[in-house]
Amino acid sequence: MKSLWQRLFASQVWRSMFRHGLPESNRTRAEAIFYNFFLHIHPTKVRKRSVKFSYTWGLGGLSFGLFIVLTVTGALLMLYYRPSVPQAYWDMKDLQYVVSSGQFLRNMHRWAAHAMVAVVFLHMLRVFYTGSYRPPKEFNWVIGVVLLVFTILLSYTGYLLPWDQLAFWGISVGTNMARAVPFGVGDNISFLLLGGNIVGENALVRFYVLHCFVLPVAATMLMGIHFWRVRKDGGV
Amino acid sequence: MAEDSLKEQSEGSILTRRYFLETIGGGAIGIVAAGSAVLTGQFLSPNVLREPPLKFRAGPTENFPPESVTLNKEQKVFIVRAKEGYFSAVSAVCTHLGCITNWKSEEEIIACPCHGSKFDKEGNVLEGPAPRPLPRFAMTLDEQGQLVVDKGVMVGEEVILKV
Repeated sequence: MKSLWQRLFASQVWRSMFRHGLPESNRTRAEAIFYNFFLHIHPTKVRKRSVKFSYTWGLGGLSFGLFIVLTVTGALLMLYYRPSVPQAYWDMKDLQYVVSSGQFLRNMHRWAAHAMVAVVFLHMLRVFYTGSYRPPKEFNWVIGVVLLVFTILLSYTGYLLPWDQLAFWGISVGTNMARAVPFGVGDNISFLLLGGNIVGENALVRFYVLHCFVLPVAATMLMGIHFWRVRKDGGV
Repeated sequence: MAEDSLKEQSEGSILTRRYFLETIGGGAIGIVAAGSAVLTGQFLSPNVLREPPLKFRAGPTENFPPESVTLNKEQKVFIVRAKEGYFSAVSAVCTHLGCITNWKSEEEIIACPCHGSKFDKEGNVLEGPAPRPLPRFAMTLDEQGQLVVDKGVMVGEEVILKV
């Protein structure tokens, strides 16, 4: 059995993916991190107290984990959901009562979304209380605030998609709030967001595109920068 | 030494080939970027809206008895007929955050279910967070005796439709 593993690790296929040997010496242990796409952003040295679980509570990692859950469940929900006025509500009902595991996936998407807002907020509190916003990390705090806003916007844009009474009035009230921006700017923001003057077909499609493409892609790019800066500053 | 001679060359003439090409290229990219930004902005703003028309027929006058307030749900407008018989059209969209208000006949008020704003049947704010009175729309009578409301034209409280 052991020799089977050793033959696998020595095989050309394995060595083409992992060029260094098994992490048995300090050198190969370091190489295992440096030459791995997912691990290479780790800092070369980490302070012992920042590895301690009760220092970070893993809240940033949890936020990212929830984002992955939301991406996967969201992509699956997209297969049965059509963002159009006659279909959206019934597709949502079908997901709940007709599609196998549809109810489970929709609920998972919903609860992960609620949890992500809470966890991102707790992460912000933790960073505040440990003073981790201080120089040289002040710009990463700014990126984090933008990511919090994106998290809330993702929740808000997802709110319209079931196309029920809650959704309709939630978006009516929200876009009317945007209208309160003075000098006619608010009216333009509301018009562009809704693609018209009322919460209708155009608004549904616009919120769908924002929810499923624009905001997740923008958030992913910012997360890349956010994590990279955390690692370069010696965080985990 | 080589560096120095390069420096002298570029200082010698004001318009170097590199500077010229950079300016032309950068300028072209700038124009394209600005143009794309304008075009994208125009693209995002729809030209044709398939929304319900602002002018609509509310029905024949005999549908509305004197001293009645009737909500036209589709158009979100109250057709108000006063005791004396004249008509007015009051918007049913709350001026606070856009919820649809209801007529409470026992209290004789228009009430918003969302945040508790209250209006009288002329549309004036009685209480609640609503910052402005409900707008009143122009009303006419067409040849078939149908009431026509134009939500594109707002009128003051003094404008009524006598039938």
